[in-house]
Amino acid sequence: MYPRWLWRGLALPGIAWLIVLFVVPFYAVLGVAFGTVDPILLQPVPIWNPLEWNVGWLQEVLNRLAPGGIWFDVGTRTIVYVALSLALCLLIGYPVAYYTARHAGRWKGLILILIILPLWISYMMRMLAWVNLLQADGYINRFLLFTHVLSQPRDWLGGSSSTVIFALVYGYIPYLILPLFASLDRIDRSHLEAARDLGASPFSAFRTVTLPLSKTGILGGAVLITLPMFGDYYTPNIVSMSPKTSMIGNQIDLYFHGGPQPTIGAALTVVLAVFLTILMLYYIWSIHRAQRDVGTVGAL
Amino acid sequence: MTAVAERRPRTFSTSARLRGWLRNPWGKPRLLVIITWAYILWSIVPVLIAVQFSFNATRSRTIWDSFSTRWYWGDPVDSVWHDPTLRHALVQTFKLAGADVLIAVPIGVLLALGLARWRGRGSGTSNFIMLFPLVTPEIVMGVALLLIFTEVFTFVHTGTLAQILGHITFSISFVVVIVRGRLFSIGRQYEEAAADLGATPFVALTRVLLPLLTPAIVASAAVVFAISADDFVISQWLSKGGETDTVPIRIYSATRAAPLPSVNAIATIMMVSTLIIVTLGFLAWRLFTSGEQKTGTAAEDFGTAFRL
Repeated sequence: MYPRWLWRGLALPGIAWLIVLFVVPFYAVLGVAFGTVDPILLQPVPIWNPLEWNVGWLQEVLNRLAPGGIWFDVGTRTIVYVALSLALCLLIGYPVAYYTARHAGRWKGLILILIILPLWISYMMRMLAWVNLLQADGYINRFLLFTHVLSQPRDWLGGSSSTVIFALVYGYIPYLILPLFASLDRIDRSHLEAARDLGASPFSAFRTVTLPLSKTGILGGAVLITLPMFGDYYTPNIVSMSPKTSMIGNQIDLYFHGGPQPTIGAALTVVLAVFLTILMLYYIWSIHRAQRDVGTVGAL
Repeated sequence: MTAVAERRPRTFSTSARLRGWLRNPWGKPRLLVIITWAYILWSIVPVLIAVQFSFNATRSRTIWDSFSTRWYWGDPVDSVWHDPTLRHALVQTFKLAGADVLIAVPIGVLLALGLARWRGRGSGTSNFIMLFPLVTPEIVMGVALLLIFTEVFTFVHTGTLAQILGHITFSISFVVVIVRGRLFSIGRQYEEAAADLGATPFVALTRVLLPLLTPAIVASAAVVFAISADDFVISQWLSKGGETDTVPIRIYSATRAAPLPSVNAIATIMMVSTLIIVTLGFLAWRLFTSGEQKTGTAAEDFGTAFRL
């Protein structure tokens, strides 16, 4: 009933926008990363022709990231921080999502709203809240002194890895809980009943039925929070500001906002993006599959 | 009778309960209840304390004195109302979010319609490209946009225009995902019925399909406002400083210096604004979809529609 050109025509402005301001900018990053630097002005000189690309900066970045390089510690630290934060997020988030989906009963609506609420509170506001609490004379130190856990105030914000990991968990966990909840909520209870009827203990029913069926939620949610964590630079900056806790994102930030060498920053961005491509493709593929299988609002 | 004799009286002592939870934490969800509510308190109470200190009468953000609205408008120098940097940040945040909603929502709705119905060469690639902004780490997008505006489209410069263009770029995909979900759940029967009754394609589109999409359009407008107001990375990378710094940028730079409770106050204002808009979006969603067959409660539908 509709003319054939109509849908393509409706999609055109959006596609054009994303090509001009999303795809082309990536090419600009490549052009700068594989370009040269003006020796006098120290400004990047992009090279647009891939045949003339200069791989020197990329090699420089890879050398710095390799064992023995000056960024090796930063690279491993980033991976360790993200891995530990992800593990903690899953450890806390899974029981919460599980309870909300399975056992919350008449509290389900309220709990769901309270779990979604942090998603609508600015990330910076939530970080600010913890910076206040973790001050030398903040509530946390005062509580720990009062209960004699500490004998003198602890400097939480002076470059401690545990504070950064704690902040990452606090910042990203709401984004994990929701996909976890969605996948657990979608599990048909009759599968569990069947498992119990066939003699499975509650634990083995969980292990053999619930856990495998919630795999898509676990993986999807994990990827969803891992990607921004790898690019995070503001969280370590807010709660520590010490080079001892700096991550890859902080190096990129430094080269654009602090240092004179955007070219190295661009080359590092390329390395980070390539490193994360596998995760990104996995997530896109899983969204694609969910849309194909269910095709409803609930699937998204 | 032995079974009855063996059944121990139900005790409510703490140790008995604790043993019960430890023995079978998954069977009876009491441990889960504690974890869940502890998590909820942990995620929300710090924010409430931050709100509390925005009303502190002294300059401290850690020691409570007494209630005052000094940091909102009372203080002649450092309050949100009187400090030009904070006031400008508030204006800039609303400016970006407003422009973002006005431009990203129409483009996204059209793109969702197009992608949902367009079959043929290019549609697969377009679907693929559309999903990328959702998963690209913001720092990568920030670097890309900064470089495009400083190396290629140099007429844009950093500043408000660049920030608006950046915000729209990451918002479009959210609109598409929300609207497309709604499109799938509506199906095509209403438009086909309209066509059978003699509606032209234009009428079917604007008088039948568009009204049915209204809840998703309202919801995506609320989401776009929220993600734009919350955005830090893109705003910061494309800011030229001064008046183009948004509220999240102000909070960020203030926490790294020696902040006053006025930072808590501006964060509170932003939080309340966002929550009001999202609540209105939720109420509108419920109003427009009332009477439709639900897959879950309205809150669940809304929640899952809003998060990918």
